[in-house]
Amino acid sequence: MNNFSFTKALDMDTAISLTSGNDHNKLIAGGTNIIDLLKYFITEADTLVDINSIPGISKIAENETGGIRIGALVTNADTAYHAIIEEKYPLLSKAILAGASAQIRNMATNGGNLLQRTRCYYFYDIHTPCNKREPGSGCSAIQGYNRIHAILGHSESCIAVFPSDMCVALSVLDAVVHISGPEEERNVAFSDFHRLPGDTPESDNNLKRGELITAIDLPEKGFSKYYSYLKLRDRASYSFALVSVATGLDLENGLIKEARIALGGVSPKPWRVKEAEDFLKGKEPKIANFEATAQMILKGAKGFEHNRFKIELAKKAIVRNCMMALDPTSQRAGAKPSL
Amino acid sequence: MPNQQSMSNEPSIGQPISRLEGYHKVTGTAKYAGEYNAPDLLYGYIVNSSITKGKIKSIDTTEAKKMSGVVEVFTHENRPSTAWFDFQYADMDAPPGTVFKPLKDNDIQYNGQPIALVIAETFEMARYAATKMQIVYEEEEFETDLNASLDLVRKPKKGLASLLKPPPPKPTGDFEKVYQDSFVRVDNHFSHGTEHHNPLEMYASTVIYEGNGKLKIYDKTQGTINSQLYVANVFGLKMKNVQVISPFVGGAFGSGLRPQHQLFMAVMASLALKRHVRVTLDRAQMYLIGHRPPTLQHLKFGADQRGKLNAIYHKAIGETSQFEDYVEIVVNWSNMLYPAENVRLEHEIVPLDVYSPLDMRAPGGSTGMHAIEVTMDEIAYKLQIDPLELRLINYSEIDKSSDKTYSSKELRSCYLQGAEKFGWDKRNPAPRSMRRGHKLVGYGMATGIWDANRIFGRAQAIMTPDGKVEIKSAVTDIGTGTLTIMTQIAADTLGMSIEDITFSYADSKMPFAPIQGGSFTTATIGPAVQNACHALNKKLFKLAKNIKGSVLSSSKLQDVIFKDGFISLKNNLDQKISILEIFQEHGGEAIKTTNSAMPNPLTYGKKAKAVHSAVFVEVEVDEELGTIEVKRAVTAVAAGKIINPKTAESQILGGMIWGISKALHEETILDHQFGRYMNANLAEYHIPVHADIQDLEVLFVDEEDHFVNDLGVKGVGEIGGVGIPPAITNAIFHATGRRIYELPIHFDKLL
Repeated sequence: MNNFSFTKALDMDTAISLTSGNDHNKLIAGGTNIIDLLKYFITEADTLVDINSIPGISKIAENETGGIRIGALVTNADTAYHAIIEEKYPLLSKAILAGASAQIRNMATNGGNLLQRTRCYYFYDIHTPCNKREPGSGCSAIQGYNRIHAILGHSESCIAVFPSDMCVALSVLDAVVHISGPEEERNVAFSDFHRLPGDTPESDNNLKRGELITAIDLPEKGFSKYYSYLKLRDRASYSFALVSVATGLDLENGLIKEARIALGGVSPKPWRVKEAEDFLKGKEPKIANFEATAQMILKGAKGFEHNRFKIELAKKAIVRNCMMALDPTSQRAGAKPSL
Repeated sequence: MPNQQSMSNEPSIGQPISRLEGYHKVTGTAKYAGEYNAPDLLYGYIVNSSITKGKIKSIDTTEAKKMSGVVEVFTHENRPSTAWFDFQYADMDAPPGTVFKPLKDNDIQYNGQPIALVIAETFEMARYAATKMQIVYEEEEFETDLNASLDLVRKPKKGLASLLKPPPPKPTGDFEKVYQDSFVRVDNHFSHGTEHHNPLEMYASTVIYEGNGKLKIYDKTQGTINSQLYVANVFGLKMKNVQVISPFVGGAFGSGLRPQHQLFMAVMASLALKRHVRVTLDRAQMYLIGHRPPTLQHLKFGADQRGKLNAIYHKAIGETSQFEDYVEIVVNWSNMLYPAENVRLEHEIVPLDVYSPLDMRAPGGSTGMHAIEVTMDEIAYKLQIDPLELRLINYSEIDKSSDKTYSSKELRSCYLQGAEKFGWDKRNPAPRSMRRGHKLVGYGMATGIWDANRIFGRAQAIMTPDGKVEIKSAVTDIGTGTLTIMTQIAADTLGMSIEDITFSYADSKMPFAPIQGGSFTTATIGPAVQNACHALNKKLFKLAKNIKGSVLSSSKLQDVIFKDGFISLKNNLDQKISILEIFQEHGGEAIKTTNSAMPNPLTYGKKAKAVHSAVFVEVEVDEELGTIEVKRAVTAVAAGKIINPKTAESQILGGMIWGISKALHEETILDHQFGRYMNANLAEYHIPVHADIQDLEVLFVDEEDHFVNDLGVKGVGEIGGVGIPPAITNAIFHATGRRIYELPIHFDKLL
């Protein structure tokens, strides 16, 4: 890493003014990704601004609309094990606990989780071309080893995936991201927070310079009765999803009233398809219907040499996870497939 | 040191004694090579080539040198002169060819090649300055893809290394004809990718500059004398002026069998600057020091109606570098196990623009036995014979490849006891016949084999007037338990408690020990320790006899026993002389003896010597999603006398976990666009985590072997990993009906 100065921001305004004034001033909260980025020379910092002392953004509490507000500085672990989250939003809890390792979850913050960068090998190797790291240099992954890469939402300039588990659940829960910045405070629907690469893959999300996440709001509806998170990967823990699925179902009289399904590990942002979810409305919760939904979610998917399997795998994972959601006790530690 | 073990003078061999250094390791007080300090120590960071092949056109160090704290930057342009001849660089494990010489010239032969060394006052300064080098390359076309280069395949050159790694035996019988006429024929192609050793401890050398051409070096290595030889030869120093110490090694798995380039770099800088210097590799650089080579295998086995193998063809093609012909024993194993009469075995290599491969735990064995034992499973299915039964049908008391009888071979007990423990009889042989809910259940088994080697080693025994004994040998303890085991051997030979023995080791100034690899350390150094202790007893006895009025004056050595600080007559234990008394008479001087041990060259080659295992595995495969879990595994091992069941079990468990890793997880991805390894870190290079490891069991079957050495030990370092990958592959077949020939088996292959 380069030599940088380190400062503690004691309030929001200081953090915002330091980062809006200089693009090379970087925030650090848990540090579980920024340190990697500095060490690998993906990012160089003039000043590293420690935001852990900013008051008011490190608690979980009910919000004014009957939902929950989760502070940006609350750690992933504290969120996953919080009594309200476990009771009303168990899908979020399960998704968080499927990610990283206990040590990382103890350090990593919720704001940081949304802002983590891709784990694409080429992004982390400064001696290979990467449009996300160095715009215009090319994408090495398209012709390279792309097992962990995207099948949906990618572009000719980038096929990297967004690696978060937590965000797959937040997507299903229709979370809202609270943002402070030099100009205004604003709220962004979760589905509008991250962005697809297009021809500007260097931007992972719609956060503007100087802005920072202060909280994540969860609406009242938590799908605490019928939900499941399933994560398929190359080892049982401490590895990123090849395919993950978050499902929340609402049933009425034995029929599906509402279904929400998001995929992780397959695209540059958690992947939801509204038509596919709408298709399930009023239908029986059975395999044939979930299979039809899966087909719709994977519509337009395009794989590459080493990741074509993800298309078929994602379809099967969706079906299994919807069935698991009908009996959430079938979920296993590590978000493994049901027995 | 708090050590809660019961210490008695009962024999310690065979007791599950905890590692004597365990306390230091778990409390962090064990010091590793990169943790020794010295006043004004300088730190080096290595700069690596970012191209795969070509020349350095220019390398500008101006900016790096100007940075605060930077002391010097060494490149091929300003490096001090070192030895010229290839042989001076050769180490105990060097394959035939030309050893890589760091900073020799501007030629780039592989991606990541070390091309400069930045020396600074801190590690961080050196690492940062390394990024400020201005390097201009002239790139050339390169090839790193084994599959794309099969036209370059050739036979490896022979050299000194061929002694421990002999080429395949000559063909016997008429393979082609007998194979064609066989009742059942199986013809399979196998492959696996590159694997790296990934020990937890990074390679590091701390060089203490003592002046007058003298160096004391703390080096991470599997051979202190190997490193000493290398440094003395390359830098023109006297052997006695180079001391290499390596008291703790945080895993090596073969990667320390050769001096690594941080040692060259640290010594070069220390001599040039006349300063203490440490060079440590970082994790990414740990992928540039050797690897298990990607290997292709082709097997054709023919068997008769009863399952008896009559024709074996096994060919391996391994990757090597452009400068050394690395080989490992991949194809020799089948005929050691199964006594077919018509055999053709071949091993060839393809030189590519990569660094030389390097022995990695069970080198060749884990590769070849995978293919052999999966092929055996297929034959069993073709003939509808139980896979275990097929092994018993082909059981042999002789090594057919050399027509020698085994010094001992309790493999049959491994098969039977392992099967019993596992519950093999509960297996329904039909694929896809056993299931639980969404999971297809599979039972698979395989055989393991590894050489039981022994070479030359030395040890010294010193008894001080307090009656305590120090044993010395240059041998390392790479985490296998050598310290504990040697202490046990000494204690039992001397009739003393292990509390009264100190084993001093891992210092090149001590009596000779070869590199610690090949599962031969206990069998090589153990007898040397035993000999030194016998010699010490003999000296003590002689002194005891000479004491005026000695009760032992008319006795012979075989009439006495050494126990609890006394020499006593066997047939009258009250007739004894205390060790302390001997010392009083002797004038209080320490008694020393240094002894060697080696196999008898006239008889040692007359028998085949191997360790064996039988492995049984249960997997669950998700029927829809393909995900694989190894639910349990049993390994039954026949490895002669087990000195310490606890450390030996740890060796086997570690091997089993590595076997699971090889079967399902680990692979280094080389991107042929760039010639670079893309997952050179422990997040993306997958080895199992706790959650992947479920129920593992080890059992050692009784095996008496008085031929291999007086201790009867054979070594357990490699055997634990050998049988697991084929057993898992076979279990996956049993579960799913799908036969996968590539490793690792990613679950998407089962979709």
